[in-house]
Amino acid sequence: QDLSLPNGTPVDTSSPASSSSLLNRLQLDDDLDVETRDLFVTVDDPKKHVCTMETYITYRVTTKTTRAEFDLPEYSVRRRYQDFDWLRNKLEESQPTHLIPPLPEKFVVKGVVDRFSEEFVETRRKALDKFLKRITDHPVLSFNEHFNVFLTAKDLNAYKKQGMALLSKMGESVKYVTGGYKLRSRPLEFAAIGDYLDTFSLKLGTIDRIAQRIIKEQLEYLVELREYGPIYSTWGGLEVELSEPLEGVSACIGNCCTALEELSEDMTEDFLPVLREYILYAESMKNVLKKRDQVQAEYEAKLEAVALKREDRPKVPTDVEKCQDRVECFNADLKADMERWQNNKRQDFRQLLMGMADKNIQYYEKVCVT
Amino acid sequence: MEDCLAKKMEITVSEAEKRTGRNAMNIQETYTAYLIETRAVESQSEGQCAPVESLWRRYSEFELLRNYLLVTYPHIVVPPLPEKRADFVWHKLSADNMDPDFVERRRIGLENFLLRVASHPVLCQDKIFYAFLTQESGWKEMVNETGFQLKADSRLKALNATFRVKNPDKRFTELKHYSDELQSVISHLLRVRARVADRLYGVYKVHGNYGRVFSEWSAIEKEMGDGLQSAGHHMDVYAASIDDILEEEEHYADQLKEYLFYAEALRAVCRKHELMQYDLETAAQDLTSKKQQCEELATGTVRTFSLKGMTSKLFGQETPEQREAKIKVLEEQIQEGEEQLKSKNLEGRDFVKSAWADIERFKEQKNHDLKEALISYAVMQISMCKKGIQVWTNAKECFSKM
Repeated sequence: QDLSLPNGTPVDTSSPASSSSLLNRLQLDDDLDVETRDLFVTVDDPKKHVCTMETYITYRVTTKTTRAEFDLPEYSVRRRYQDFDWLRNKLEESQPTHLIPPLPEKFVVKGVVDRFSEEFVETRRKALDKFLKRITDHPVLSFNEHFNVFLTAKDLNAYKKQGMALLSKMGESVKYVTGGYKLRSRPLEFAAIGDYLDTFSLKLGTIDRIAQRIIKEQLEYLVELREYGPIYSTWGGLEVELSEPLEGVSACIGNCCTALEELSEDMTEDFLPVLREYILYAESMKNVLKKRDQVQAEYEAKLEAVALKREDRPKVPTDVEKCQDRVECFNADLKADMERWQNNKRQDFRQLLMGMADKNIQYYEKVCVT
Repeated sequence: MEDCLAKKMEITVSEAEKRTGRNAMNIQETYTAYLIETRAVESQSEGQCAPVESLWRRYSEFELLRNYLLVTYPHIVVPPLPEKRADFVWHKLSADNMDPDFVERRRIGLENFLLRVASHPVLCQDKIFYAFLTQESGWKEMVNETGFQLKADSRLKALNATFRVKNPDKRFTELKHYSDELQSVISHLLRVRARVADRLYGVYKVHGNYGRVFSEWSAIEKEMGDGLQSAGHHMDVYAASIDDILEEEEHYADQLKEYLFYAEALRAVCRKHELMQYDLETAAQDLTSKKQQCEELATGTVRTFSLKGMTSKLFGQETPEQREAKIKVLEEQIQEGEEQLKSKNLEGRDFVKSAWADIERFKEQKNHDLKEALISYAVMQISMCKKGIQVWTNAKECFSKM
C-alpha cells in the first residue's frame, strides 16, 4: 500500500535517501581545521592521592577556549578515572545516535598489573587525553553540556548528584525503549558497516596477538643474548692479544640487549594500547548500530500499525513522523561519524604503524652504531 | 714457509658425492665421497696451466691421515678435521650427516684441513700426506706399512692415563690449563649461540604473520588498503631474510669450532710432554735405585729398608759368587740406564724445542684467524641490521601512504 504522511511526503520504509540532505547540513561543521579550532583540552600531571578509604590517581584537565558556551577562557581541574567514566556514560545517554570514543579499560587485575606504576599511569593518561581530544573534535559532542561541566566544575561530585534532575537545554534526551521491536533487515549500508566492524575487530585482535607473540619471542631472545655476551668477556680473560676485541664484542652484545629492551618496552606501552582502544571503539560502534536497528524497528512497526488502521490516521502519523525523524537523524549522525571515524582512524593507524616502523629502525640503528 | 706445499700446489676439495658400497663387514652402507683436485702452480708466464689431477676420498680416510700425523709428529699441533657429527645445532639446522648443507660445510672444512697441513712447514713435507693427495689406490696399505697403528693405540692409552709428574715444566702446565679453559669457553659459546640463533629465528618468522593479516585487513579498507598490502609484503621479506643471515652465521660457528678442536690438539702436545717428562723421571728414579742397590751389595751396608735385606738377614746371606753375579747384572743395567737417560734427556730437550716453536707458530695463527673471524662476525651483524633498517624504512613508507 502506498502510504503518505499528512504533509504529503511519501513514506520510505527503506534507508531514507533524505538523510543525504541532513548530511550536507552536517558537513559544514566538519571543517574543523586547526586554524578554526576554538577549544583545546589536555590531560596531564598525574598525582597519587592517599586517603583513609582508598588510594587513587587524579589527572589535571586543562581547557583553553574562546567559545561562548564557556564563562572563562581557561580552566584547570583535577579528575579521576571515575569522572571520565561518568562523562562517557552521560554522553552515551544524551547522545545515543553518536559514536562515543572509548575509554581505556576500567578494571585491572590487581596483582598482575601495578595500578600505580609509572608505565601504567602514563599509558592511561595518554588514553584519557585522546578520549577528551576526540570529543573536542566532534562537532556535536563537544557542545554537550555534561562535557562542559566536566571541563569546568570545581566540584564535579555535586553536579553528578543533581544529574537526574537536570534537563539538557539543547535538546531532549532521547530515551530508548527496548520494546522488543525486531528489525526485519538492516539496510545495506549499515549492514556493510556492521560487517566491516566485525572483520576489523577480528584483524586487530590478530595483530594484537601477533605483536604480543613478537614481544614474547624478543624477550626470550634477550634472555639468551644476556648469557651470550659475558662469555666473550670470559674468553677475553684467557687471551692476551685477543682480549681487547673479545671484550669489545661482549660490550656490543650488551648494548644490543639494552636497545632490544627499549624496543619491547615501546611496543608494549605505545603500540598495544592503541590497538586495544580501537577494538573497544569498534565494540561500542556495533552497539550503536544495534540501537539504530532498534529505532528503525520501532519506526517500521508503528508504520505497519498505521497501515492497518486507516481510521486512526490523524493521530498516529505525528508519532510515526517522530519516529521517522529519529531514524533519519540517527542514520545521518551515524554516517557522518563513521566518515570522521574512518579518517581519524586512518591517520591514527598511519601514525601508529609508522611509529612501530620507526622504533624498529631506531633499534637497528642503535645496534649498528654499536 | 717458502718451501711449503701450499705454495707449490693448488689444492681444493671441489665436490661431494653420495656413494653406496660394502664396508669391512660386508654390510651395505651409504657414505659421501669427496673429490680432491690438485694442480701444480707453474711460475712460468706462458699461460700454460698444469693439468688438474683428482681423486676421491671419504671422511674415514681423512681420519686415518690425521691419526697418522698425530702419532708421527707428537710435537706438532695438528690441524683438526671438521666435526664428524653435527653438533651445537639449533632446531632448524639438520643433525643429519647426509643433509646437503652439512655435507657442503664439511666439504669446506676438509679443504681447509688440507690447506692447513699443506702450509705447515713440517707437516707439508710428509710423504704419506703427499700420497694422500696424489695416489688414489694403495694409499691405505702405505699408511699401514708405517706401523703407526701400534703407536696410535699406546698413544691413546697414554693420553687418558693419570700420573703425576714431580717437576713439571711450568710453561706446558700453563698451556695445558689454557687449552682446557679454551675448550670450555668455546663450547659454552657455541651452545649459547645456537640458542640465540633459535630465538632470533622465532622473532623474524612471527613477523611473517603480519604479512598475512595486513593482506586480509587491506581487503576491507579503501584508502588504507594499498599501504597495508605493500607493508605486508615487506614483513614477508623480513621474515624470509633470517634464513640467509643464519646460514652465514654458521660459517662463523665453524671457524670457532675449528679452534675448539685445535685446543684439543694443543692439549695433546702438552700431554705428550708430560708423558715424556714422567718417563724421564721414572727412568732416572729407576737408575738411582739400581745404583743404590749396587752400592749396597758392593759395600754390604743396607741403607734403606728392603725386603731382600730382611729376608737375607733372616735366611742367611748369599754367597760371594751370587753377589758378584748380581753386581755384574746391575752394572750392565746401570750402564744401559745411563745411556737411555742421556738419550731420553736429549729427546726431551728436542721435543721441547720443536714443540715450543710450533706452539708459537700456532699462537700467531690463532690470534690472526680469530681476530679475522670476530671482525667478519661483526660485519655480518652490521649487514643484518642494515637489512633490518631497509625493510622497516620501506614499511614505514608504505604506512605513510595510507
